[in-house]
Amino acid sequence: MTPDIDPITLAVLAGRMEQIADEMDATLFRAAFNPIIAEAHDASHGLYHAVSGDTLVQGKSGLPIFVGVMSFAVKAVIDKAAENGDLADGDIYIFNDAHLGGTHLSDMRLVRPYYYDGALFCYLASVGHWHDVGGAVPGNYNPAATDAFQEAFILPPVRLAKAGVVQTDIIDILMRNTRLPQSAQGDLNGQLGALDLGVRRMDELLAEYGAATVRTALDALQNSAETLMRAELTALPDGRWTATDYLDNDGITDTPLPITVTLEIAGDTMTLDFEGTAARCAGPVNIALPTAVATAYVAIKHIFPALPANAGVMRPITVKIPQGSLLSAPFPAPVGGYTETILRMIDVIFTAAAGAAPDRVVANAYGTINALSISGTRDNGKPWVMFSFYGGGHGGSRDGDGLNHGNAPISTATIPPMEILEAAYPVMFKQWALRPDSAGVGTHRGGLGAIYEIEVLEGNGAKAFLFGERGRHAPAGVVGGGDAALNVFHYEQDDGWHSPPMASKMVGIQLKKGQSVRLETPGGGGYGPASQRAPAAVARDVAAGLVSAEKADAAYGPAWRKVTQ
Amino acid sequence: MTKIPTHKMIGVDVGGTFTDIFVLDEASGLAEVAKVPTSRPDQSAGFLSGIGARVDDLATVSVVVHGTTAGTNALLERKGAKIGVITTTGLRDVLEMRRRDRPRTWGLRGDFTPIVDRAQRLEVPERTLADGTIRVPVDLDAVRAAAQQLIDDGCIAVAVLFANAYANPENETLAVAAVRDIWPNAHVSCSSEILPEIREFERFSTTALNAYLQPEVSGYLARLETALKSSGFAGEFLIVQSNGGVMDVDTATRLPVRTALSGPAAGVVAAGYIAQAAGFPDVITGDMGGTSFDVSLIAQGQSMLSQQTAIDFGMVVRSPMIEITTIGAGGGSIAWVDKGGLLNIGPESAGSTPGPVAYGQGNTRPTVTDANVVLGRIDPDNPIGGKLTRLDVDAAKAAIAEHVGIPLGLDALTAAEAILRVANSRMAGALRLVSVERGFDPKRFAFMPFGGGGALHAGAMLHEVGLARAIVPRYPGVTSAMGCVIADMRQDFVQTLNAMLDGIDIAAVTTHMQRHVTDGLAMLDASRTTFQARETSFTLDMAYLGQTHTVSVPLAVTVHDGIVIAPTEAAIGDAFDAAYHATYGRLLAGGVRRVINLRSAVTGKRPRFDLSTLAPKGGSVAAALRGTRQVYFGGQWHETQIYARLALPVGAVISGPAILEQPDTTVLIEPELTGTVDQFGNTLIERKTP
Repeated sequence: MTPDIDPITLAVLAGRMEQIADEMDATLFRAAFNPIIAEAHDASHGLYHAVSGDTLVQGKSGLPIFVGVMSFAVKAVIDKAAENGDLADGDIYIFNDAHLGGTHLSDMRLVRPYYYDGALFCYLASVGHWHDVGGAVPGNYNPAATDAFQEAFILPPVRLAKAGVVQTDIIDILMRNTRLPQSAQGDLNGQLGALDLGVRRMDELLAEYGAATVRTALDALQNSAETLMRAELTALPDGRWTATDYLDNDGITDTPLPITVTLEIAGDTMTLDFEGTAARCAGPVNIALPTAVATAYVAIKHIFPALPANAGVMRPITVKIPQGSLLSAPFPAPVGGYTETILRMIDVIFTAAAGAAPDRVVANAYGTINALSISGTRDNGKPWVMFSFYGGGHGGSRDGDGLNHGNAPISTATIPPMEILEAAYPVMFKQWALRPDSAGVGTHRGGLGAIYEIEVLEGNGAKAFLFGERGRHAPAGVVGGGDAALNVFHYEQDDGWHSPPMASKMVGIQLKKGQSVRLETPGGGGYGPASQRAPAAVARDVAAGLVSAEKADAAYGPAWRKVTQ
Repeated sequence: MTKIPTHKMIGVDVGGTFTDIFVLDEASGLAEVAKVPTSRPDQSAGFLSGIGARVDDLATVSVVVHGTTAGTNALLERKGAKIGVITTTGLRDVLEMRRRDRPRTWGLRGDFTPIVDRAQRLEVPERTLADGTIRVPVDLDAVRAAAQQLIDDGCIAVAVLFANAYANPENETLAVAAVRDIWPNAHVSCSSEILPEIREFERFSTTALNAYLQPEVSGYLARLETALKSSGFAGEFLIVQSNGGVMDVDTATRLPVRTALSGPAAGVVAAGYIAQAAGFPDVITGDMGGTSFDVSLIAQGQSMLSQQTAIDFGMVVRSPMIEITTIGAGGGSIAWVDKGGLLNIGPESAGSTPGPVAYGQGNTRPTVTDANVVLGRIDPDNPIGGKLTRLDVDAAKAAIAEHVGIPLGLDALTAAEAILRVANSRMAGALRLVSVERGFDPKRFAFMPFGGGGALHAGAMLHEVGLARAIVPRYPGVTSAMGCVIADMRQDFVQTLNAMLDGIDIAAVTTHMQRHVTDGLAMLDASRTTFQARETSFTLDMAYLGQTHTVSVPLAVTVHDGIVIAPTEAAIGDAFDAAYHATYGRLLAGGVRRVINLRSAVTGKRPRFDLSTLAPKGGSVAAALRGTRQVYFGGQWHETQIYARLALPVGAVISGPAILEQPDTTVLIEPELTGTVDQFGNTLIERKTP
């Protein structure tokens, strides 16, 4: 406990500042043009340290991965502003460079210094996923990109506003480099509105409590978060645990790419060392260093969900990312497929942490975003592109079975309804179902993955692209639980069904009218030995058709057959 | 036999703990209220005893309007009927797969069990495409076989859920007719009857939850109606819907899912009416219960409607309902200090059982109510509700000292104030957020607390949010029951159109509008209630091509003697441009405009009663003074005057610090505030003029 601030004011200010970030989120969600922000909430806002850029407070509604990554965006602006040497009240920096700010080029970051009484107090930032930022592929998901230039236009940190005056030149450049300028303008206005609201709310807060008190509270909250994290780590046994998992390939060369973590707990500290991870690769499964560090934070917060969203949590934790690995790929390495890589990082952290904190850890989730694009030309001559991510199972935990058909741990986005897709595109879903036997077995089994079978309905046919993973290496169980099923993709041709040579990655397969693609996604890994699963639970799963009788016999033995329903 | 004059209207709100009764005598203009314990498991006993407490002869009653939690409780406690589903080949798991979400952002724990077991979700060959084309005609033999299997499995309700049935209901209609031929009761429904709107999970979920509730809710309403009739009641029995309108029992029996937020919606209806009458049409209501604080925003007298809600994770109901935002800060929310030394309120709650430490029913961890008790804001000798005789102040104080005071290095009183400050800050946050989400500045709103506990925190909302005033209704504890008497009869309809505006088939749109109007007016005709006016309204969900986010476009359409006059394509375009511009501040040059859904509402305006009938008659401030009590504010005890609130006359101005007490509510007027009794008996809490 910091002695400088009374605990009542501290508790009140904690809520007030979190709310400022929440209100900034709400402002953008309401104003944003594109549904990726407005509906999937692929955006985030927060308050950041004036010198270090550390996250002080972050909104609750934003995308999980941004919670850790935004401080890098702010730090990039702090460094650029120092280089420019003229930071002023009313400046707003804007950029999408993923090698400086993490994630991918679709995420547009706005960073605004916040001044109170003429002094820099902190930074406010807004990040949102724009619908299109140029590049080779509409929507910026290019599975064949071998450098960032093929993915999108790249904007380094530049001043969108100087001392309160918006530089319309910058807006003109932005709008000329997107296929959807109206959407981009709407999102940009929403982000500027969110920052304005943040400034107004901060003014009110500092007028009420005084800058010194608020600054003290911010420090105290970081310290409090650090204390909480240290208490959690102290309660865990000391030791070292290593886990390795693999990406199938980089989409260019069919070679597995290992991702390894060694998790060490010593007293009240933790080290996550990714030594042993594959080197930088040619295809777009590289990630930039900020993304890697932020991902460690996402994994930690899933293991300790009650911890606050500020940088104090990470003080006792050292993240070591080896130079030259695909986790710290330098500019201009392509990073468009970053989702697959960070999902695998989370998986290995969970698996390693299961050794230290078996009660806390959830088995691996399905671990792939499965970006499936089907496109063609309608009978009426109009082009169409159906692009979506697909779901899978979550891992089992000490508390129970995993969730069937959930969203990825790095996201909170929902899937579009089948009927919306069928109404917009000439396709029909022949199946939209749970996938039996896709979950890892265990005392608490994983959640089930899904089967989506999609038929092309119009005469001109269609082309299919898939960016997925887990086709060769299954999501792992923990604490003795079994692995889930692999990701499986098939497509129909005149001579029958095929699967792509790169397992879950495929570029431009031509489908005729009446032909289908079939995606079967992994479930989650199991938790605990299958031998300890209650026979009644096995019998219930068999009766529901979630687990086949053969698989039940093999994994759990015959006891379930004696259960009377 | 002489006809007995019927002149009483009764509103009955059955909550988890209490059943509230509001009786309005239209002849005399007098209103009476009553509060009795809710009976369990059959709520009808408490319902009838509550009415009996205020009305001797049910033959004098013209209408009974019921706000019910029967449906909500059945959903939350998973106590609906065993039901079956008959669905399209390949889609049996839609209900279980949801929209690929998860219960909580962080932690990845928690699974989901749908209300229908997978073994009772049966597939039949049939397929309709998105444009309404039937690709596979429904196999009725397979439908009958599936229905028979569900009967054999013991299902007592069934839902037919087919893909794209919103676009063409033919396969569903044939299937549901085949099922009705062999199904042993009336509980057979299909998705195109319940919600002909695009989005299969939302439509299937709403239809399945409706089927799940049908046996329970229809049985409950039938028991109530029978009991009312056997007691001599010959008037109209109406049920409040989540949209804040009422429906008759037949409709409620067919569409029980529309009662999901019945009681809370009635409360918001009453709050809007009271606030507007008092001259403050912009108001945010706050209902503080045992475990939650429910906030709803009313702008210019209009409450906000949302199109869907999740009753629990994965249990989605899509039907228009009054938008209510809930945060976990109720009287029973537990205060605790985390390992980092930070004071937190909730989300854990002691609820009303075992309740706060002061209740002496076994809970030992301090709650928000305990803080109010320790600081003298709640009278320990006269606990509201009447179940307890006395509150244990010392136990509450000891619990606060142990769990909050010692960890933070504070004495018990300072710790109790700290609990209230943190709780107030969170409640204020909810007020700010509901305003910002709707694009309003919260400062222009008044705050209206209702429920038993909200009025203790009204002053804090003024301070925290910067509101000008709070309005405490005369009977804040029975607001929902009063809302039952005020609510209009309203039916909502939806039809997905999914068409480009350019060249839209106006005749087809008009046909849907006419069907909605005809059905809605028929429902009004079928009820035996009198209406002052009948209104129809139409909105279109529209967007530019490529946008999934729609704008709600109000459309002015003339309905003459029940006949819809067709709108023009140009009028729809202009209405869209106006609505879009109002939302986004600009239009998309050259954008292609689409019409996704038609939403129609048919409303029968029921007679309003004059709120001034609730105002106190006579009385004086002096006579209302009950004495004084020590109450702790801002670090010290203040000698605080205690008034019997209902005995204060119109125009009374009470300077804080003061406490106004009535049987089910305590109103706190902090030292820097005043309370004024307005012409309707509301208490307006405002800052003292310097």
